Amino acid sequence: MDQFLYSIPILGLVFQIVGYLIAILPTTAPIILRAATPLGFGALCGVLCERSGVANIGIEGTMLTAAFTGWVIGIASVAVLGPMAPGPLGITPALVIGLIAALLSAVLISLLHAWLSISLRTDQIISGTIINIAAFGITGYLNNVIAAASPTSAGQFGKIEPPEELTSLPFVGWIFETILNQGPITIALIVCAITLQILLFRSRWGLRTRAVGEHPKAVETVGIDVIRLRYKNVLIGGVFAGLGGAFLSMELSNSFQAGGTAGRGFIALAAMIVGRWTPIGALGAALLFSLFLSIGQTITFAPPSGQLGEIVAALPAQVFSALPYLVTIIVLAGLIGRSTPPAADGKPYEREATA
Amino acid sequence: MTDEPTTAPAQAPAPPASNQQPARRPDGRRLRQLRTAIVLPLVAVVVAFLVGSIFVYAADLIANKGALDLGKPLAAYKALIAGSLLGFGPIVDTLVAATPLVFGGLAVALGFKAGLFNIGVQGQLLMGVTASVAVGVALANQPVFIAAPLAFIAGTLAGMAMGFVPGFLKAVSGAHEVVTTIMLNYIALNILAAMVSGPLRVPKAPAPITFDVGHGALPIFLGSTGHIGIILAAIAAGVVWWVLYRTTLGFEIRTAGLNPDAARYAGMRPRRLIILTMSLSGGLAGMAGANELLGVTHKTTTSFATNVGFDSIAVALLARSNPLAVIPAALLLGAMRAGASQMQIQARIPRELVDVLQAVILLVVVALPVIIRDLGGRGARAVPAEAQTITASYAGETVRS
Repeated sequence: MDQFLYSIPILGLVFQIVGYLIAILPTTAPIILRAATPLGFGALCGVLCERSGVANIGIEGTMLTAAFTGWVIGIASVAVLGPMAPGPLGITPALVIGLIAALLSAVLISLLHAWLSISLRTDQIISGTIINIAAFGITGYLNNVIAAASPTSAGQFGKIEPPEELTSLPFVGWIFETILNQGPITIALIVCAITLQILLFRSRWGLRTRAVGEHPKAVETVGIDVIRLRYKNVLIGGVFAGLGGAFLSMELSNSFQAGGTAGRGFIALAAMIVGRWTPIGALGAALLFSLFLSIGQTITFAPPSGQLGEIVAALPAQVFSALPYLVTIIVLAGLIGRSTPPAADGKPYEREATA
Repeated sequence: MTDEPTTAPAQAPAPPASNQQPARRPDGRRLRQLRTAIVLPLVAVVVAFLVGSIFVYAADLIANKGALDLGKPLAAYKALIAGSLLGFGPIVDTLVAATPLVFGGLAVALGFKAGLFNIGVQGQLLMGVTASVAVGVALANQPVFIAAPLAFIAGTLAGMAMGFVPGFLKAVSGAHEVVTTIMLNYIALNILAAMVSGPLRVPKAPAPITFDVGHGALPIFLGSTGHIGIILAAIAAGVVWWVLYRTTLGFEIRTAGLNPDAARYAGMRPRRLIILTMSLSGGLAGMAGANELLGVTHKTTTSFATNVGFDSIAVALLARSNPLAVIPAALLLGAMRAGASQMQIQARIPRELVDVLQAVILLVVVALPVIIRDLGGRGARAVPAEAQTITASYAGETVRS
């Protein structure tokens, strides 16, 4: 009975937390989805690579390279083509050229990872680490050189503005607002995640990809080229990481900062694991992370009222900025027993000697 | 292959061939190892300088609007070497810059030996900074021989605690240390910031900052900046080597790293080893933090600017996880760090060029031996067992005990 009485104030607190979440969710939901975009794309890259048996911790470096390349090539295009009035969604030819360059650079970095880890069979974690270090160094150096010339950026992708009638609908309007009042890359994330989910579990390519990640020898015996499929998937994964990077320098902002990915590539890896190596799960995990990220940010300038507010005010602000990382660890540690990686994940594949 | 083996059978006829082979092998292997250990890094540095030149030219082209100065890379590298090696001052600078990299490199290398990838050195280092500044400030007026060791030990213990967490999580739930340690890096960042803007803050300071550690600082014995941490780092490398290669614990760590199943069948307990190794690795990272705070900065703001945690990974890879090789590897990268500012001032080349050089060196050291192996066709099976183990349990294969 005593215990029950003690639980009442805690129960009250839980209600307050839920109430606060419901209160802030409609206004912060678009921000949450935007913050989840690079994480989601990074996680899709991870899903694709690891489902085919290639561990990729170089996502961070791949995204960083893409963000930088998109920005720089955009600048170069503006310099060559001259400034142009942006069309719908802020699109200019320079911006499109920048985006293509960003994706190509990400594919190129993925090719390096594929070559190191599939062909040379070096340790995949080491290969990814080198990519991260190299991307950090090269983009940091070139950024320093280029930013000194104070260049004109190619701008950024604008938002699709959904019709007023849709977003002002009672109860569900904010959902349309969240999904549709976004730039093209963010909307592409949702489309990509759903498409990849279907392809991975319903298509011939998906079956082969999953098989290659679980038991490559068996796949080879039925005549499928393991090496080639792994290469292909790592390169496609590069496109996703490239979109995540391009989002940072061409949709979220119109500038590049040295080390601007700020660990998003690694959080994407965590999202992939929490999402149990499925595209939709990874997207959900990315959203969960950015939910806590924006709670941490919102709570400091729009603190809740009542008892919860008192507790929040008593804690140092850093507790809330550490919140998403803490939640990730807890979820990871709690879930992992039931979240099994592909069996051949991270293991280099060797053909049996044929001669 | 030397001449000796060919002449030996001629003098002593008909010794069974099977007896000879094992006797000769170690020499050849050691020679080859030595060759890789010395020649490979040299080749890597040369390649890095060549590739770096392209980047120097690129910077020059943009800065001078198309006018190319062909001697620019040479000027940049001259300044880099002058700032790190020429003279007593630059050499001390190099030693001071290399010291935290030795501690951090040892932390990563120890993990590698056990098949664990500790990317959390940065976070463990920050915990070391936090604890050593707290204890250092508290003991600032005590005698040096009490304050400095206690502050250093506090930093080490805090790093150990921070290393224990991912080890424990991996052993208990299988959560992979690559992900948990990275999350903990951000948490450590926030712990340091909370402590410095809270209990450790100098009252009425305009921006959060801690007091100076006073007598908690590591004594200086070389020039104006060469603190005693330099010696501690060298000792640490020796101790880690001794533990790994001369003790039962080290044998268990290496066995668990090479083959966890074999280790378990031999009666070792992999879970316990994972927790222990991660804690020890964290302790070394904590030493790097204590070393930086007590030896170099003596106080800290809410953000402790350092890249040591990530450079340590490069050091361990360069050293191929050998604790003694960590020292020259750290000296190489430390020299580049120390010379970078000189290069920026004299040759006007951004100091980030050093990051580029570092990446190229790593790429060559990791990829070149494999390329040579493939070209030589010396058996495709030669993926080094040591390297393979790092990913062996990637992403949550539960450890059975």
